Formats: sequence, structure tokens, C-alpha cells
Amino acid sequence: MTFSRFVLKNATRNRRRTLLTVLSVAFSLLLLTVLMSVWRSFYMDAGPPASALRLVARNRISLTFTLPAYDLQKIAAVPGVRAITPMNWFGGVYINHQPRNFFAQFGVDPRAIFHVYPDWQIAPAQQRAFIHDRRGAAVNRKLAAKYGWKLGRRIVLRGTIYPVNLHLKLDAIFHSTGFSGLIYHQKYVADAVSWARDNDGAFYFRVGSASDVPRVEHVIGAMFHNSSHQVKVESEKAFQLSFVSMLGNVKAFILSIGLAVVFAILLVTANTMAMSIRERIREIALLKTLGFEQGTILKLFVGESVAVALAGGILGSLLGAGMLYGIAHSPNTPMMGSSLAATPGTLVAAWAAAALIGLASGFLPAWRAARLNILQALRHVG
Amino acid sequence: MAIPIRYNLRNLRLRWGATLMTALGVALTVAVASFILALLSGLQRAFQASGNPLNVLVMRKGLSDEVSSSISRSKFGAIKFLPGIAVNAQGRPLASGDLVVVVSLRRRGGDGRANVTLRGLGLQGLALRSGARLLSGHWPQAGRRQVAVGVAVMRQFQNIRLGARLHFGKGDWHVVGVFQDHGSAFDSEIWAPRDEMAADFGRPDFSSVLLRAASPAAASALVRDIESDRRLKLHALTETSYYARQTSSGAPIAFIGGVIAFIMAIGACFAAMNTMYAAVAYRAREIATLRILGFTRPSILLSFVLESVLLTLFGGVLGMLALLPWNGLTTGTLNSTTFSEMVFRLRFTPHVLADALLFALLLGLIGGLAPAWHASRENILTALRG
Repeated sequence: MTFSRFVLKNATRNRRRTLLTVLSVAFSLLLLTVLMSVWRSFYMDAGPPASALRLVARNRISLTFTLPAYDLQKIAAVPGVRAITPMNWFGGVYINHQPRNFFAQFGVDPRAIFHVYPDWQIAPAQQRAFIHDRRGAAVNRKLAAKYGWKLGRRIVLRGTIYPVNLHLKLDAIFHSTGFSGLIYHQKYVADAVSWARDNDGAFYFRVGSASDVPRVEHVIGAMFHNSSHQVKVESEKAFQLSFVSMLGNVKAFILSIGLAVVFAILLVTANTMAMSIRERIREIALLKTLGFEQGTILKLFVGESVAVALAGGILGSLLGAGMLYGIAHSPNTPMMGSSLAATPGTLVAAWAAAALIGLASGFLPAWRAARLNILQALRHVG
Repeated sequence: MAIPIRYNLRNLRLRWGATLMTALGVALTVAVASFILALLSGLQRAFQASGNPLNVLVMRKGLSDEVSSSISRSKFGAIKFLPGIAVNAQGRPLASGDLVVVVSLRRRGGDGRANVTLRGLGLQGLALRSGARLLSGHWPQAGRRQVAVGVAVMRQFQNIRLGARLHFGKGDWHVVGVFQDHGSAFDSEIWAPRDEMAADFGRPDFSSVLLRAASPAAASALVRDIESDRRLKLHALTETSYYARQTSSGAPIAFIGGVIAFIMAIGACFAAMNTMYAAVAYRAREIATLRILGFTRPSILLSFVLESVLLTLFGGVLGMLALLPWNGLTTGTLNSTTFSEMVFRLRFTPHVLADALLFALLLGLIGGLAPAWHASRENILTALRG
């Protein structure tokens, strides 16, 4: 019988206990995988390549202040800026005030938007239809699926910020990974509301290459520094993160929950190993009399603990990956969540964490088992 | 006959290693759950403490927040002489047209920026908010670019204290006062004289109008009159109910925290089950002896469930004790109505503690039921021989 087979046999001899331990570890690791993926997606990932080249310009005071519409021309003239569109938050009500009927609605320049978002996949015929229909709307596929919208569908949005109701016709359905929402012609609102003509909430624009980003940010910041409305320029990613940071100290929250989870697994596996070793004290003495060395016995039990923790880790991380898939594909997930996914790197990190925890928690009980006095152990009743 | 509880307590003590480890695992779960509950309770409390039931808040029809609302000066003129509004010593109606905007400030400790509500108060604005007390400095004087900051703003944001200069609108503003209003939403605001702010931000209209009713009956009459006046197209509600509605800002915390606590609870349940199964296996002969002594199956079932509950309750108490030092910790989250930071304190109220203990008790019940059932079904003869 090989060493690994022996470990495996031992691990499965109290099936119920092993199963319960594996499940307990699995649920903790599920949480850990999700937390790690959220952390990676928020704070380590630069996003898809197209997103890294997209910048957002808005009023420095806060998002509730607008910029003069003519600023668009000034920004468009900055060398390196390839395409630019206004992005105006409509904040309209669809059907009713229920949170589940809430989705993002932006007033845009229908031609420019597809140059700012070259990563969107859209049928050319639909794109043309949207561009030429002043009362047209385009939505991403996920949102269309949520409501079962087909092309040609009439959508009415009741205005809250703008005193106007939009009667839109769905002209295009596009596929996007990061964006979820509805876009319409800003002109529609500007024609109806006089003050909307001269003001825009934000400008989204794309630069040619990554090396342009810092220069363009600097030039635009300086350009408006002494104007009556200072402009803040940041990457699309940083802009989205600013919403996350409004929720509170998200970093500290993830870290502390993660720590609690790791510690909980440590306790669970350590407890299991202590229980299973207590049952086998006589057996250990027997192994020793047969000539097994301390080191081998230590390895035997540490190996068992690592095997159990790793089994839980693999199960849990896969469950976590499934949960992330569900979150990312649910139509009710806010935009930031739609790019969540468990990468191979995260999965490996989760397994490494599980193995390490197994190692740490198995060591003390195993060490005590290895150093047992044979005579006392043989006499042990238990 | 029931098996005395002392039997369970002694058994838990005998196997103290396993007891402690399981209890600590439960403690972590309960700590996470009660932390979330304390956050929500603190947030709720802050909104409940906000506003005066006699104050009636008026906004544009169809809107539920002051920030996007706007009311023209002529409409303000039309509503400030409505019947039922209290008057001050000079005989002027207690009514204030406020300007509410949101500015972005850097959080203390470098954790990004957050929005803060900046309120331009009308002439009667302070008189209408009698709950606010100055902690230091003085109230802003008109024409001098002065502001007063809520005590929570000072705590949560960088470089905000008496004498500091803030940059917004068309230039710098001086912080000349720090005020407090019983931990209400106002503590998360910055106050300035309205007319100066209106000039700076180019907003001649008001965001909202606050009226002081002469009596509670007058308050509801005012709400009814303004709501039903079709020419005004305004929305009125008491200030207290305006803030009570904002409690829904806690929904993301409740949802995310709830999911996390639930998943951790499943893990903790399995761990408790494990420990209890081990206890049952270890005491097989003991259980058989108890049966021979005349203890019935139900009483054995009850005894082991009780032991499991005692175990998790112990863990629950440990978890809560570990968190208690954080009672009163200041933190902030997004107020989903005003789109700005709402600062509040963590509150471990008796209600929160009771809920957390109930949560621990449930963990013990669920984790202990299956092992206890096995214990009660054990065959006496085989167990005695084992």
C-alpha cells in the first residue's frame, strides 16, 4: 500500500465526518473565492483593453453638476482623442418605481457612441436604424432578454430629472460585456427641455493608445483649470470604482470577512483532525511499534488534513465560480458586477489557500500524535 | 424525565478542546451577522433621529429627493403664507427655501472620494432646525464665504476642521463652525448661507422649501393642501417621513451581508454537526446506560439538541463579546436618495444582540438535530458491547 493510498483510506474511514468537514470547508472557500474575485475585479484588473482607453470627463464639483455642452468640442480637439460622446443620465422610471424595474438610461450621440465603444457587437443594419431614428433606443442583449423586448418594441420612460417622458422605439440590440442599459438620442431630450440643450452630465471619449492616457488627462485638466467649471478626467474603470467606494470602506469589509472565513476553516479542519487522531491513538502506537518513524506519522496526518481541506477547497471554489457566473449573468446585477468571474488564477489561489490551511491546522495534532509515548498510547481507552 | 442540563455542561467542559474550536467557528459567523445587524440598526437610528415632525418639506412633484428638485421663487412666495405655518417673534412665517447640492470630498484615510450634501440655508433655515447645536466656532455669516460642517463630516473626511478652507463653487470657503444634531442625517451635511451659494453655483431657484407647522394637525393639513393644489405641482411630506424613507439606503448592506452570513452559517452548521456526531460516538456506551436507567428516547434527543444549542450559544456570546468594543464606531455609506455620504454609528442594541443570539441558537438547532436523533435511535445492546 502506497503512502497516498494509506492517507486516502484514513481520510475516508469515517465518511460522515469527512463529508461534513469537506462541506464546511467548501462553503467557506466558496465565500473566499467570491471575495477574491471581487477584489481582483475591482482593484487589480484593468478591464478589457477597449475599456482601458476610455476616459470620462465630468464636473469636478460632483456628478450632480453638469458641464457646458460646448466643452465637447474643446475635448474633441485635444490630440489623441479619437471619438467622444455625451453621456447623460436620464434616471427615468420604467413601468413603476420598483427597484427591479430600474436600469441605466443614457442620452448619447448616436453616431459617436459606437466609436467610443468599438467593443460593442451590433448588426450594421440595426446600428443604421438607431442612428437615423431620433426617437430610437438601443439596449444591450441582457436587458432586452430581461424584459423580453424585441426590435420595434415601444418603451416609455417617465422623466424625473428632466421634465419629459420619452416615447422610444427599440431599434437595436447589441452585445456588450461591461455595459448594461439603454441608450437614446440626447437630441430628443434637448429638443424638449431647453436647459438640457446647453448642458451635459459627462463626456465619454476614447484615446488612440495607452500612452495617450496620462497626457490627455493632464491636458484636459489644465485646459479647464481656470474656467468657471473645473473638469475631472479619469478612466472609465476609476469612474466606476468611485461608485463602489461610495458604498463605504469596501476594501476593509472584504479583507475582514476574508480573514474571518480563513480563520473559520482553520478551526474546522483543526477540530476534525484532533477528533480523528484521538480515535486512532492506539493505532498510532501500533504503527510505531511496527517501526514507522515520527516523521512518517507526522506526514501521514498532515497529508490527511491537507487532502480533506483541498477537497473542500476544490468543491468550494467551483461552487464559487458557479455563483459568480450567476451574479454576472443575472439581469439585476449592477454594471460593475457583470464583469465578475473566477479566473484560473483565482481558483489556484483558492486551492493554495485551502492546502495551506490544511497544512497549518493539521500540524499541531499530527505533531502530538507523532510524539506519543507508545506504552501510554497502547493503554489508551477511547 | 429530562436529563439534567448539568450533564451537558460537564460534557462540554470535558471535551473543552473540541468545544472551544467549534464555538470559535460559530463565534466568527455570529460576529459577522451581528456586525451587519449593528450597521443596519445604526443606519436606521440615524434616519429616525432626523427631522422634526412639525416640519413640512416641499419638493417638485414626482421627485423623492431634494438634490434633483427645484422650486421657483414665485412658488416659494405662494406657499410661505399658507394657513397653519408658525410665525417667529417678528411675525414672519417660519419658512426656508434651501439650496441643496452635492460636492465630492476626499475620505479620511485615503479611501477614495465620497459625495457630501451641501445645504444653503434660507434666512429661517437655522430656526427651523432647532435640533442642531454648535460644538465649536459660530454659525456662518452671510457675505463672508463661511460654512459650518456637521460633526460627522469632520470625522469622515480629510482636512475638514475649524479654520480649514474648502474649495467648491467659485472659490474657497472657510469652516467657521462645527455642529451636531443627535447623530441625524444633518451631521453628514455642510451648511452655508443660501444666497451666496446660489450665486456661486448659478442656481437661482430653491431645491426645497421647509415649513414649520403650528401644530401636528396643521402639519398634515399643510401636506394635504400643497399636495392637492394642482397649480403648484409640488410634493409635500413631513420631514420625518422624508428621512424615514431613506432607511432603504441600507438595502445593499442588508443583501450582501445577508448572503455572506447565510453562507458562513451553512459552514458553521456542518462544523457543529461534526462535533456533535463525535460527541455522540464517543458517548455511545453512556447513552445506552442512560437508556437502561430509564431515560426515554425523546429525553435523549432533547438532551443532545440542548447540548448543541448550548455549544453554539456559547460561540454566539463569544462572537458578540469580541465585537462589543466596536460599538459606536463611525462609518459611512451611500444615501441612495441624496446620492451622498450618510455617516452613522455602529449600534449593538439589545435588539441586535437578541437577534444574534437567536441566530446562534438556530445554528445549534440545525446542527444538533441529526446527531441527537442518531443518539436517541442507538441500539442499547450493541452500544453497550461497543
